[in-house]
Amino acid sequence: MAPSLYLCKNFNGQMVFLTRIEHFNAAHKLFNPGWSKEKNESVFGKCANENWHGHNYELHVTIKGEIDPDTGFVMNAKVLSSIVKEFVLEELDHKNLNLDVKFLEGQMCSTENLAIAIWQQLFPQLPKSVQLHSVKLYETPRIFVEYFGN
Amino acid sequence: MANKVSVFRREHFNAAHRLHNPTWDEEKNYKVFGKCNNPNFHGHNYELEVKLTGEPSAETGFVIDLKYLSDIINETVIERLDHKNLNLDVPEFAQLNPTAENIAITIFNFLRSKIDDKLEMQIRLYETPRNFVEYPAN
Repeated sequence: MAPSLYLCKNFNGQMVFLTRIEHFNAAHKLFNPGWSKEKNESVFGKCANENWHGHNYELHVTIKGEIDPDTGFVMNAKVLSSIVKEFVLEELDHKNLNLDVKFLEGQMCSTENLAIAIWQQLFPQLPKSVQLHSVKLYETPRIFVEYFGN
Repeated sequence: MANKVSVFRREHFNAAHRLHNPTWDEEKNYKVFGKCNNPNFHGHNYELEVKLTGEPSAETGFVIDLKYLSDIINETVIERLDHKNLNLDVPEFAQLNPTAENIAITIFNFLRSKIDDKLEMQIRLYETPRNFVEYPAN
């Protein structure tokens, strides 16, 4: 082993953000069951179509932490990806957000609420060595939301 | 020799759909279509590219006015498909599986009669950033 390859400046204690990007394809509608059809259409427009419409959602999950000197990682990005897949994508991909998703029951299926719900799915699953920094969710390439926790 | 130029207009629409063959049983539908067979539908942001090829006009320099093309695509395609459920809301898919392939052919058919047939037309449709189809396949 050539020690010179592994000698570098000491980055201990530096906080770094790591982001993993995933995607899922889902149907939804924006419809408040407490309102009339007319009011829903007035407020939500085409998004209130009772037969749903859909999106390719793009999800950016950002964590922060200190670099592990043994690996050079904040966290193994493959492990982060598998957590996002198990606790978020399995529940959302190719699903109807209004009908199929237990953790959205009782909520309006806006991108805002979806970002918060995704945060709540992920937060308890992450290792203690990192913090969940943000969930950024693109509904379309031109519309996205960000949630940073409380 | 005539100078032929291709011009492109890109539009988008967001729609729900389900891939399903009603003559097959549930097991076969799931085996072939997988998650795309969800009976409660799923959805996509579709990106549409319309390509027209022809000679630029001596008067305008255009193959076609792209603002005019955009208006035609919006009136003829986007109005019918955007924020819709392709299986339930679009008559053309009542008996036709709304795969990207069939949607591309349907869009071509919507547009062909609205555009001067001196112009060759090709549709490219992205179902996702990584999956797209083209019709006609030249």
